[in-house]
Amino acid sequence: MQSAIPVLSLAIWLPIIGGLAVLTSGDKAPNISRWMALSFSVLTFLVSLLLWTDFDAGTAQMQFVERAPWIPTFNAWYHLGVDGISMPLIILTTFITILVLISGWEVISYKPSQYMAAFLIMEGVMVGVFSALDAILFYVFWEAMLIPMFIIIGVWGGPKRVYATIKFFLYTFFGSVFMLVALIYMYFKSGSYSILGFQALPLSLTEQIWIFLAFLAAFAVKVPMWPVHTWLPDAHVEAPTGGSVILAAIMLKIGGYGFLRFSLPITPDASATLDWLVIAMSLIAVVYIGFVALVQQDMKKLIAYSSIAHMGFVTLGFFIAFSIFARAGATGGVVMGMEGGMVQMVSHGFVSAAMFLCVGVLYDRLHSREISTYGGVIHTMPVFGALMVFFAMANAGLPGTSGFVGEFMVILASFQADFWYAFLAATTLILGAAYTLWMVKRVVYGPVTSDKVAGLQDANGRELLVLGTLAVAVLVLGLWPAPLVEVMDASIQNLVQHLAVSKLAAAPAAVAALP
Amino acid sequence: MTFDYAHLIPVVPEIAVLVLASILLLVDLWLKDREKGLNHVIAVLGLLIAIGLTGLVGGGDREIVLGGTYVRDPMSDLLKIAILLISLLTFVYSRDYLRDRQMMVGEFYVLTLFAVLGMMVMVSANSFLTLYLGLELLALSLYTLVAFDRDSPNGAEAAMKYFVLGALGSGLLLYGLSMLYGATGSLELGAVAGAVALQGATNQVLVFGLVLVVIGIGFKFGAVPFHMWVPDTYQGAPNPVVLFLGSAPKIAAFALAFRLLVDGLGALHEEWQGMLIILAIISMAVGNIVAIAQTNIKRMLAYSTISHVGFIFLGLIGGNGEAYSAAMFYAIVYALMAAGGFGLLVMMSREGYEVERLEDLKGLNERDSWQAAMMALVMFSMAGVPPTVGFMAKLLVLEAVISVGLWWLALVAVFFSIIGAFYYLRVIKIMYFDKPETAEPLVFGTGARLALSINGLAILLLGLFPAVLLTYCQAAFV
Repeated sequence: MQSAIPVLSLAIWLPIIGGLAVLTSGDKAPNISRWMALSFSVLTFLVSLLLWTDFDAGTAQMQFVERAPWIPTFNAWYHLGVDGISMPLIILTTFITILVLISGWEVISYKPSQYMAAFLIMEGVMVGVFSALDAILFYVFWEAMLIPMFIIIGVWGGPKRVYATIKFFLYTFFGSVFMLVALIYMYFKSGSYSILGFQALPLSLTEQIWIFLAFLAAFAVKVPMWPVHTWLPDAHVEAPTGGSVILAAIMLKIGGYGFLRFSLPITPDASATLDWLVIAMSLIAVVYIGFVALVQQDMKKLIAYSSIAHMGFVTLGFFIAFSIFARAGATGGVVMGMEGGMVQMVSHGFVSAAMFLCVGVLYDRLHSREISTYGGVIHTMPVFGALMVFFAMANAGLPGTSGFVGEFMVILASFQADFWYAFLAATTLILGAAYTLWMVKRVVYGPVTSDKVAGLQDANGRELLVLGTLAVAVLVLGLWPAPLVEVMDASIQNLVQHLAVSKLAAAPAAVAALP
Repeated sequence: MTFDYAHLIPVVPEIAVLVLASILLLVDLWLKDREKGLNHVIAVLGLLIAIGLTGLVGGGDREIVLGGTYVRDPMSDLLKIAILLISLLTFVYSRDYLRDRQMMVGEFYVLTLFAVLGMMVMVSANSFLTLYLGLELLALSLYTLVAFDRDSPNGAEAAMKYFVLGALGSGLLLYGLSMLYGATGSLELGAVAGAVALQGATNQVLVFGLVLVVIGIGFKFGAVPFHMWVPDTYQGAPNPVVLFLGSAPKIAAFALAFRLLVDGLGALHEEWQGMLIILAIISMAVGNIVAIAQTNIKRMLAYSTISHVGFIFLGLIGGNGEAYSAAMFYAIVYALMAAGGFGLLVMMSREGYEVERLEDLKGLNERDSWQAAMMALVMFSMAGVPPTVGFMAKLLVLEAVISVGLWWLALVAVFFSIIGAFYYLRVIKIMYFDKPETAEPLVFGTGARLALSINGLAILLLGLFPAVLLTYCQAAFV
């Protein structure tokens, strides 16, 4: 339905214009820049809340649609819209950005206006990625994301930041250009760049496989999936705290969103044929990367590997659809798997953001991310320690926290697909608990190991505000995930029905086993 | 035979530029040293008038005048305006540099304007002779400009190399044109096209001529394996000359390629398509890979030019109207990007030394963050990252290539552009992530500042709203 107020355009351009305004405010009065940035981000969050309040959860149609001519030469439109899949992710984006700006308030002293501006511009661009319904618009936003992130890691990052940020940029750029070629190919076949048009476009199996692989190149790097995940630990370790938070909480989700919006609906038969590939990569991520996380000494690297493992759950949840179709023939499990993946994305957004913020709190004090530096933090920082333990539990998937909901749904769904998928996926419950809780034990509990730890101050008001907000979010989502699941249900049901029909035959829709 | 003065109307812009150059040649004789700034003012005003005249006589259908040697069509209008604008930018960027080095003499402006005249003649050529005339006028002016700094051994060496290789290229082109004349019996492109369509590739002389013409075009563009002059010339020439050399002549080279290969030899499309594919692939490969090893920023940009030339060839390969408009869009946009990139180097060179090394850009964000941002836009645009116009240009060319079924070629092109992205990122890394080497404040003239800002913002805005330029490019090939 066409909207009266262009909510999506506001959500995209308000932070971008805000970012440019903050840039011009310069560094002479940093507090003014900070408050200006914060007010823009809060305003954007309020605008995005309109998406929630006015959302019609009963339909899978695109809502808040805006369409205007952009490049008539190749039929590219400025076409925006959200459904149950993209809307929660947009709100996640605007919410996390506020927390990121607050967390960088005092810590960032070098050119704070540029720092804040980069995050605001990135926020606008990421909202654009989630809401674009035109392939060129999507691609422009997708690539444009790289520029602020490149600058953030490179300017405010750690000692090896140049290596990490160039690796991040080139890795992601590499995957994306193949997606571009696939998009152009489909433009010539369908006559326009509309993503919904691509979803309806009939394609032969060979075409689908090539296009699927092109998309896989782009999204597997973004998610990131094993074996193209190696950019993430470097990027996370070297990025400033705010950069890590945005990277983990939002940017990884864009890869997952890409699977749902592009790979599955546009190439369902190729997805069915090659689902074993994605499932294998996901399970390797869950199990192998879980073990890799176990041996990490750097806290940020550990959380980075844990992110990869959690995102493995997400892609697993999305791609077990076809195995379930083949086995059970019913769509219920498929829907649960996909919704589990989506909930896991939102939950991981909160939990990983919180974990990185916790590490950031410690790093701001002792300038070290090594586990060995710390020990017995609970004695000097009890409130912070409690919050850190709470988030660790959420990361491990404790029932009652949001981490449990998504994982549970995916494991249940994978039982319907194959016992062994579920078995391997469920090892995350053990491994996740192992690496997270072991880290927490070494850092937070035990006796106070050094004088530096003895001199620690507890979390200040700003840090408590950020961590507390996230704790509430994690708890609410964990105890009452129904609102989120209801909002996405119609869109996911629609997607699953779409998947059940092969694009190859022109046969009427039926829940058929796919080749 | 009466001479109708109305036939001169389409040629008015060229006449204006010639008159301007002549005025400057004379006025300069009477100017004292401190009054030399008048040269700049006259040149800029003259160019603005020329742009206005081009707009006035432009529009409307194709006109062929002056005995079939000169054509005015929408493509020539657009390209001439682009060339004049870029040249205007060159003058604005270079003003302070020239003034500080007492190079703001009439000769600089006269030579540049003759080069501009040569380019305009090339763009509007409808005959082999006019084409060659414009080409040589451009080339000879450029050889001299490269050697402009008399005291620089690097400049003399660069000019020597450029002259010898350029003469070789022109000679090969002329040889090819003479063979085409022999095979078709006419110098005029329209008649040549007709004769070629009749004979096809059966005529050996025609094929030989085509090969030599493609080699000549490759030389002028700087495509591999005729690219040897590019890095050395860019490195040795004074920065304002590199600025001019690296931007506007690429537009003229595109016009050269289009007039010869499409207007003249369009019927031999399959033959020259294969040749251009090879040239394009190796240009992109060599340009992108070798640029990674460079520490001199002018050489790095020279190799990047070579890779961009490969992309322009991809557009020409497409063979249909959309492909040609994509190649033209790319050429114009590339000239804009190169003007911005080299323009910043010219602006920073005012402090008494030439900005050549990558280290000279260190920490530019701290010294002047606005200029660093404009340079970052230029670099991202050259790498082809949205939302800059460089991405739109690459997108158009890729579309053109995929539309004729050469999707493997598109994959090769994007593969090399990923490799290429590295050295552009390195420049941004040096500007933003490194600490500056010197604490001297940067002083830029307002004109140059304004020019770079307009340049950078144009790159961004054209990237967001390419339709503006695109419709003109498309209209040229309808």
